[in-house]
Amino acid sequence: MKLLRNLDKSSRRNYFSYVLVTAAFLIVTFMNQGGMLNKKMQGLLVPVCCYIVMALSLNLTVGIMGELSLGHAGFMSLGAFTGVVVSQSLMGVIPNEPLRLLIAILCGAAVAAVGGFLIGLPVLRLRGDYLAIVTLAFGEIIMDIINCLIVGHDEKGVHIIFNFKGDKSIADLNLLEGGTAIIKGAQGAVGTKSISTFTGGFILILITLFIIINFVRSRTGRAVLAIRDNRIAAESVGVDVMKYKMIAFVISTTLAGAAGALYGLNFTGITAAKFNFNTSILVLVFVVLGGLGNLLGSIIAATVLYILPEALRQFADYRMLIYAVVLILVMLATNNPKVKNLFAKIIPVRRKGKGD
Amino acid sequence: MAMLEVNNINVYYGSIHAIRDISFEVNAGEIVTLIGANGAGKSTTLQTISGLLRSKTGSITFNGKDLGGVPAHKIVSMGIAHVPEGRRIFQQMTVEENIEMGAFTRPGSEYAERVENVFHHFPRLQERRKQIAGTLSGGEQQMLAMGRAMMSKPELLMLDEPSMGLSPILVDEIFDIIKAFHESGTTILLVEQNANKSLAISDRAYVLENGKVILTGTGRELMQSEEIKKAYLGG
Repeated sequence: MKLLRNLDKSSRRNYFSYVLVTAAFLIVTFMNQGGMLNKKMQGLLVPVCCYIVMALSLNLTVGIMGELSLGHAGFMSLGAFTGVVVSQSLMGVIPNEPLRLLIAILCGAAVAAVGGFLIGLPVLRLRGDYLAIVTLAFGEIIMDIINCLIVGHDEKGVHIIFNFKGDKSIADLNLLEGGTAIIKGAQGAVGTKSISTFTGGFILILITLFIIINFVRSRTGRAVLAIRDNRIAAESVGVDVMKYKMIAFVISTTLAGAAGALYGLNFTGITAAKFNFNTSILVLVFVVLGGLGNLLGSIIAATVLYILPEALRQFADYRMLIYAVVLILVMLATNNPKVKNLFAKIIPVRRKGKGD
Repeated sequence: MAMLEVNNINVYYGSIHAIRDISFEVNAGEIVTLIGANGAGKSTTLQTISGLLRSKTGSITFNGKDLGGVPAHKIVSMGIAHVPEGRRIFQQMTVEENIEMGAFTRPGSEYAERVENVFHHFPRLQERRKQIAGTLSGGEQQMLAMGRAMMSKPELLMLDEPSMGLSPILVDEIFDIIKAFHESGTTILLVEQNANKSLAISDRAYVLENGKVILTGTGRELMQSEEIKKAYLGG
């Protein structure tokens, strides 16, 4: 993998990732203040940050650990709804919005970490296609469970009931006067005070990059790379396969939870159905097109592919058509030697002094 | 008391009974070889000792400690290193990083000394320190796997067909290195199809067939046995 092939090259690439993210943030902030962004583009800023973090964290599971997970949106959703509940119920206690956002993100991350651990216990014993199928199932299970959730808040604290039979409603919470409903079952979170900011998203991306880059360089990260490279060899040198896979998986789900909390608090309402299989696949597409194990690639792919469908909205009917063509072109450009050469001719850059 | 005692182990792959009541022992300071045809159960035996597979019966003790419920990753730190069949190296890491991984269970103490020891036995690996391991030749990959195993400073080194698929000159080289490891104080349990070479350097050997020990003796005795000559030594 590129991260390993040449440490100097990879440190350069990592350094560049930090610089690129910071530069992009500064430029966009500047443009925003200069009134160069329309309302629609402004609305995209925070979700783009969330999806970048999602792509980076999924890259840890798929690219660095080498196991295909199809339920990543499930952990995002755990983070999102935890974040919403925490933020809404602390509204009276902590009026400071950035601080509340921070606490909400930390709680979202913590719940996703616990979820990742519990789901990891059975799932990480599997490999390959089986692991992919089971993560897919768990992603859907999380979605269904949250669909049954009814949560409200009043002076006495947070009230939670599970509406498994479909016969309960917000009235069953018996909220005191002045209490508010936070999550209304399948209707999702309603009336959320939106407190996510672009700056928050930017900081979360930097933290995510920092965690993943240092993880890969650490002893633990090296063990994870060893398992991906050759499981039997890793066992024969004394690597506890289950333990190290679990560490990588939990870090991955934790970051997804953080991204989810940021996402959930960006909208006034959000439903569990938003975090379905399609969202997991969307993030996987970012990771695969950006390149497995390539963090900078994930960032760029997530940004471009998230903005593209929105930017193409005026061509309504042809939107998904163009999106598909772009996907195919990117795959060709990165894999087909002929097309690669063609691109290399058009764009005469890099690929020199690449030797180890 | 022997360093490694294997008593009546039975190993199954699903419903296939791969090892039937195998017992043997390895004393400290010996080179012991398990020889046998394909499918005789040699690799399975090594994998059972290193904890990758489990025996349904019997026991395996190492320096008096039962290895029964010990997970594979802990067995390495007890002093047993296993070089699995087929050059299981980390293809995408450099030679140096592979060697580093060998010390995973024992980082720190005299690390530099151990690396030097590996390069002393395998000067060719030193030349290729920065090279990606997957680009090494077959012989070099085998050397890397052996060097990596030595990084855990094992008391017992288990080698699974180290000469497989190598040219005669490289086979000689590999066997010289095994002897050198042995002289530096490592006990060796060797699995081989190259009976000639392996019996020549072994103190004792066990012949496996269909998951059973059918013959045992010193290396020299077995080399002279008519049965072995016919089956493994070509004549």
